[in-house]
Parts: sequence; C-alpha cells; structure tokens
Amino acid sequence: MTGVRVAGVGLTPFGEHAGRTGRDLFAEAALSALDDAGVPSEDVEHLNYGNFMGALAERQGHQAPIMAEAAGLGCAATRYEEACASAGVAVREAVRAVRSGEADVLVAGGQERMTNLSTAEVTESLAVAADELFEVRAGVTFPGAYALMARAYFEAYGGSREDLAEIAVKNHANAVPNEYAQYQREITVERALDSPEVASPLHLFDACPITDGASAVVLVSEEYATERNLDAPVAITGTGQGGDRAALQDRAHMARTPAAADAAAEAYADAGVAADAVEVAEVHDCFTIAEVLATESLGLFEPGEGIGAARRGDTARDGDVPVNLSGGLKAKGHPVGATGGSQIAEMTRLLRGDHPNSDAVTDATVGVTHNAGGTVASAVVHVLEVAR
Amino acid sequence: MSDDKPDAPANAGYDEWADALAEGGYYVECANGHGSLPPRRVCPECGSRELSAAPLPETGEVATFSEVHVAPSGFGEEPPYVTAIAEFGAVRLTGIVRGPSDRDIEVGAPVRADVADNEATGDRLVVFRPV
Ligand SMILES: [Zn+2]
Repeated sequence: MTGVRVAGVGLTPFGEHAGRTGRDLFAEAALSALDDAGVPSEDVEHLNYGNFMGALAERQGHQAPIMAEAAGLGCAATRYEEACASAGVAVREAVRAVRSGEADVLVAGGQERMTNLSTAEVTESLAVAADELFEVRAGVTFPGAYALMARAYFEAYGGSREDLAEIAVKNHANAVPNEYAQYQREITVERALDSPEVASPLHLFDACPITDGASAVVLVSEEYATERNLDAPVAITGTGQGGDRAALQDRAHMARTPAAADAAAEAYADAGVAADAVEVAEVHDCFTIAEVLATESLGLFEPGEGIGAARRGDTARDGDVPVNLSGGLKAKGHPVGATGGSQIAEMTRLLRGDHPNSDAVTDATVGVTHNAGGTVASAVVHVLEVAR
Repeated sequence: MSDDKPDAPANAGYDEWADALAEGGYYVECANGHGSLPPRRVCPECGSRELSAAPLPETGEVATFSEVHVAPSGFGEEPPYVTAIAEFGAVRLTGIVRGPSDRDIEVGAPVRADVADNEATGDRLVVFRPV
C-alpha cells in the first residue's frame, strides 16, 4: 500500500464574500493548492469535492463538474455530502484512491456559500442535516441540537457555561494571527457569557459564525512525490470514519459521540499510533460543547474531563495538546462543506512550520483532525505525520 | 400524486404513529425488546425483522431540553420555544413542550406525549405536556 502525501494546500479567507459565486471561491482555493504543491493541473486525475447546502444556497446541484471546470481541472469529479463532514469524507476517499493504486494525484476539498442567506434561511438549511421527521418537525435547529447535547453533558458529568466560554476565548486567541480566519480578534469570558442566548444553555459566543469559504488539498502518492521531487513532508497516515443513528433521541448516550470514537480508533490503528501520541489537534468545534465531545472521543481526555480542558490550559497553545490552533470553526469560521478540507490544510501548515501558530508546535510530528456531520451521526478522523 | 389523493399520508408509518399520540401512542418493539419508531422494517439495534406495536408508557421523563430563540424560517412555532427529548421506556421522543409551566421545565420532569398541528407547515407536531 502506497503512502499518501499532502503536496499542497489552499484556502480562501473564511468570512463574508458578498457577491462571489461558489465556483469562484473553490477555484481560488484549488489554484492556490496546486501552486503550493507545484503540481501541474493536467496531472490531477480526480476531484473529490465536498458541499452541503449548495442546492439551497445557490440553487445549484451537480456541483462537482462545475467546480472542476472553474479550477481548470480536466478530470472527472465527484461531490461528497455528509453535512458538515462533507470535505472530510472527500479527503478520506481521496486517500483511499491513492492507497488502492487507482490514482496518484487528486484534489480534495470543498466549498460553501452561506452569507447570501438570512440567518433564518441558514438555520432552515442547516437543520436539513438533522432527522426531518423526528427532529426538524419538533423544532430542533443546529444550535438547538448541540444545546440538547450540552445540557445532557452537564447532567451526566457537570460543567458550566464558564467552562464553555473558556473554549471560545482560547479559539479566538488562536485565530488572531491566522490570515484565513473570520474573526482575528480576542474575546473575554465575560463577553461570551453576556452574549445573547441562542438555544439554552448555549449563547451566541458558543456558536461558530455563518461563513463563506473554500478549501483544497492536493494529495499524491509517495512515488509521485519522489519522482517529481516534491517538497511534501506531511503524510496522511491514518483515516477512519464512524456512523451513528441520525436522531439524537436514538443515541445510546446523548453526551458522547461514539461515531467519532469509532473513527478515531480506526484512524489510530491505521496509522499505528495511540491517542497519547497525538501532539496537536484540529477538531470540529461548531459549538464550544462540540470541542469537548470531540477531544473525549479522540481519547485525549476521559469522558467528563474534556469540559475543563480549556480552563486548565491543557488545550491551549502552550498546553499538552494544543487544540484548534487555527481558531477552529468557532473563530476561523465554518463554511460547512469546506471545513474538513480546511482542517487538513491547517494541520499540514502547522506541521510543515509555515502556519502563523507553528511556533506553538515546533517539535510536533503527529497531528489529528476531527470532522463531524450533524450531531455526529457522521465523523471522519485523519492522522497526519511529518515523514522523516 | 398526493395532489390527487389529499387524504393519503405524506409519510406513511410516521403520520399514523404521530396521530396515535393523541390516544396514548405506540412504538415499535422487536423480538428482543428493543424500541424504535416507525416507519421501520428492521430493528436498528439488532437486525430483528420481527416487529410489533407496543403501547407507549403513559408518562415520560425529560432527558434534556433547550429553549430555542432562533427558529428556522417558515417554522410555525414562535421563538422562544422549548424543545425536549423525553424517555418513554424503551424509546425517546423529541417534541415541543406545551403547557402552563413550559418555561420551568427541568430534566427529570414527567411529561405526557401528544400531537398537534403545525399550522405554518401543515406537519404534525409532537408535543409534551407537563403532568
Ligand atoms: Zn432489536
């Protein structure tokens, strides 16, 4: 089985791109990834493209060939959709394509355009990721679903809104130097606590923003990287995916995310590393509570211990395992279908040493990314390592 | 086409299940005692295809809830509204808490399941009435 290298990464700034089409956003990310890789576009054999709500936001289905065309790729393209984990799945399938020998060069990533919709329309569009019959009809929104999990967590293990606010404060601080982040500004615990309630117990500063943006990575076989003498020091050494019952009501435990734990177990076994080898993590913090559930599912903390991690400093830039040095979804932004690819791009930059926060992890060689769909009915975990 | 048959259920299995909540309600039970909600051909827990209807316990217990302040566009309920997940024996249901004390709801509070019409969407709406 051949190894998989990240040859190049590309991102648009995350934020509001008023008036720009989804295809233009994706083309920007894909072209910068190809430039970063030094790979000619004619070598790309397939585009794996993640997108969630394009049929609602731009009334555009069948987006993959449109994105390939916009990026100047003459190859076939496939769209992957697993809600917020769409690009994570797109990357995973690209890894599998390289490993199987089917292809040597793929572009994977995703795009989402969201700010052209009103908040109510975005709320309606995101709710499509929940179970239509048993959740959406009962008024479950995206924030509402994570609020239900947050309260279940507090009931099971304890924890407070202050603990959650510490996560938001940490991720905002991490985003300050990140030129791709939507919010390059710090916040305080007091300000987070005083923000308006969105869905109790979660407030506005517990939630990721509404974001436009695109991500792309160029994945190549080790052989191709060697032949072309590419500077591609970061390898994807582990991939895993987990699934669960779609509706929160049907989960064995509403304060845990076993799909992510399954994905992590598979990815760790695939890479041949244990959870305690992880030195840096990018996790799916669509809400502050989601970072807690993610770090526990990744085995970085025992169930019930993740809630205090940011307060204790364990996940801070100078902590044991820095989490979301990019700013995370919370401060960097969450263009839903692009997020999984953005995590791979950010982790690659962190490990290569060209991320503005790389100085926090200068000796790190093992990083993990965690991308979740819905209330984690889908989860994708990747292990990235510096190849030596 | 549903336009030709206005009385036909839009979501067969689910619609009848929701309507039955007005008279106590039921859930799907497999041969091994696992609970699930219709439409269902196979038990999602164990794969058993021996399924039957079992009566829903009269009262459930709130497992978690949230007061939602931002509603999806077109959703009839005026925010803030309280969405809860309540345990009824072998199954949990998700619904909107309706009643004089819906703002004082707590985890562990007993509720009765019922069905209402969502006039904005035309959908059935599972509601919990504090008891
Ligand atoms: Zn069963």
